[in-house]
Amino acid sequence: MSTIIENKTKIITEASGFPSRDVMLDLKDLKKVYPTPKGDYVVLEDLNLQIRKEEFVTIIGHSGCGKTTMLSMIAGLNPISGGNISVLGKHIKGPGPDRGVIFQAPSLMPWMTALQNVMLGVNQVFPDATKGQRNDIAKYYLQKVGLEDAFNKRASELSQGMQQRVGIARAFAIKPKVLLLDEPFGMLDSLTRGELQDILIEIWNKEKITAVMITHDVDEAIFLADRVVMMTSGPRAKIGDVLDIDFERPRTRKAVLEHDDYYKYRKHLIDFLEH
Amino acid sequence: MKQSITLGKVTKFMGLGFLSTFKDLFTGKLEKEDFKNFLRKVVVPIASILLFIGLWHMGSKSLYNIEAEFKIEKALNDQGPAAAEALRACIASGDSSCQPNTLPSPSQVWGSFESLLRDHALISADKAAFIEKTAALNEKRLAEGKDAITYTGRPSFVDQIFRSLKTVFAGFLLALFIAVPLGIFIGLSPTLKSSFNWFIQIFKPVSPVVWYLLVFMIVKTLLIDSSEDSSFTISFISVGLCSMWATLVNTAMGVSSVDKDYINVAKVLKLGNFQKIFKVVLPSSLPLIFTGLKITLSVAWMVLIAIELLAQSPGLGLFVWEEFQNGANDSNAKIIVAMFVIGIIGFLLDRLMLTIQNWVSFDKTDAI
Repeated sequence: MSTIIENKTKIITEASGFPSRDVMLDLKDLKKVYPTPKGDYVVLEDLNLQIRKEEFVTIIGHSGCGKTTMLSMIAGLNPISGGNISVLGKHIKGPGPDRGVIFQAPSLMPWMTALQNVMLGVNQVFPDATKGQRNDIAKYYLQKVGLEDAFNKRASELSQGMQQRVGIARAFAIKPKVLLLDEPFGMLDSLTRGELQDILIEIWNKEKITAVMITHDVDEAIFLADRVVMMTSGPRAKIGDVLDIDFERPRTRKAVLEHDDYYKYRKHLIDFLEH
Repeated sequence: MKQSITLGKVTKFMGLGFLSTFKDLFTGKLEKEDFKNFLRKVVVPIASILLFIGLWHMGSKSLYNIEAEFKIEKALNDQGPAAAEALRACIASGDSSCQPNTLPSPSQVWGSFESLLRDHALISADKAAFIEKTAALNEKRLAEGKDAITYTGRPSFVDQIFRSLKTVFAGFLLALFIAVPLGIFIGLSPTLKSSFNWFIQIFKPVSPVVWYLLVFMIVKTLLIDSSEDSSFTISFISVGLCSMWATLVNTAMGVSSVDKDYINVAKVLKLGNFQKIFKVVLPSSLPLIFTGLKITLSVAWMVLIAIELLAQSPGLGLFVWEEFQNGANDSNAKIIVAMFVIGIIGFLLDRLMLTIQNWVSFDKTDAI
């Protein structure tokens, strides 16, 4: 009898997750504690999330709930207080180029040209390639983001939107296993934001790099994602709800907006956020 | 996007933008709406210079009168009316033997400047003649393995200027080579920072005179066997040690306050230490390092005078001191000439640093 029950529970736990060979990124019982003079402040607790290969996940939640903390822990820039994070079954130890990051501010080195900024990463990841090959990689991605005329412009001479394009090119050019995006378009005006969403999704359709993106924008979350992960408000934030977005890819903005399910998804997310 | 380099751009780049306004004035390119600008940038400064010279002239004249009256009064009391009358006549005649010794007037200073230049021409000619005369002899002496005979005459004012510049640059380079690497290490490591902090805080405010004495104590012993004149070595080391603190503090601050985003990028890309320092940390702290170097150079030039004076190292400082001790009739005027030369060279050095800073810095807007 007892063995049957054990088997049953085992099956159930597996059914709630994904087959392990499909999992790219696995957050298990993740916890983050900041010590303060008034005692520990628990930002995240019991946070479990699995992200499949070639999946685009957006994370939505109120400001200050710990989204950025979670993302910087995945990036390895913020130490883990409890639980663990693994990429392809291996626990992460600190930052590394297998997890590319697109920051909220473009974070380009202003004294370098667009090409040099992308090359900084490419040189690091492909040390065995020839100089010409590395140059080609960097130029390819800069072309992809529409900056073929700005290779040799200094980052400080580019507009905010153009700088973030370089940031996208830099992240894709190092061919990471996981791409982490921390509200990359938060600082842009809505027109530029739309443009960059299109550019991002176009490259992503080609490269299919597993992506985790934080956003405040409900429409952006739906348009880009395979799944939208909703986080509860902190302290002790965790995953509140997950919404599957079943639009087929490649998507166009027009088709998404006209789809019958769009407003259903939108209502679901807004209900969660207003709850 | 081809950029042509014009005179205007070059002068503006060097912070000497007012020069191009002059050029426009003479080539008749000045527009009507530029007139206000012209007034502010050219006419007002010139008027203020003239006003300054005028005030100086009147001030020195009244000081001259006070001094003259005092001298005559004294002669009257000590030697009687005849001597006083003789002295009054002597002063009025402009005879240099009895002039009151006070703040020289602008025209006297200009006269001294010209006489210093004449003196320089004379000494240069003398030196050239000496070299020509001894050329053949020196060749022979060198062939015999003896030292060549060198010119040992009195240095001219212009020679002293170049000697001072040499001392200041040697001191500046010393400061650069000590303060920048040390500042980088201190900025990178909080441990080093806290262990060096007391050192910086205590030695930063120490006066140039004390630095000179300290360096003198050490160098004197180190060069005990050398018969060479160590005054240059002592003065440039003192200048370097006095002036390096601004660079040290600024470099450490620049390195430790690199934008966190850049550091995160370096971490995500797993840049090695070498790459991180040379591709991220240093370029991003260059503006602050240069601000420090600019302060260092101006401090170096400022303390140089005091240190040359103490070290008896030839240069403008020694020139001023010797003129003061000399007490000749035109000594005061020569001291004022030296003052202006020191000020103008200081200004030009500052502009030079600004030019280099503009040239190497990525951020063209924050240079002052």
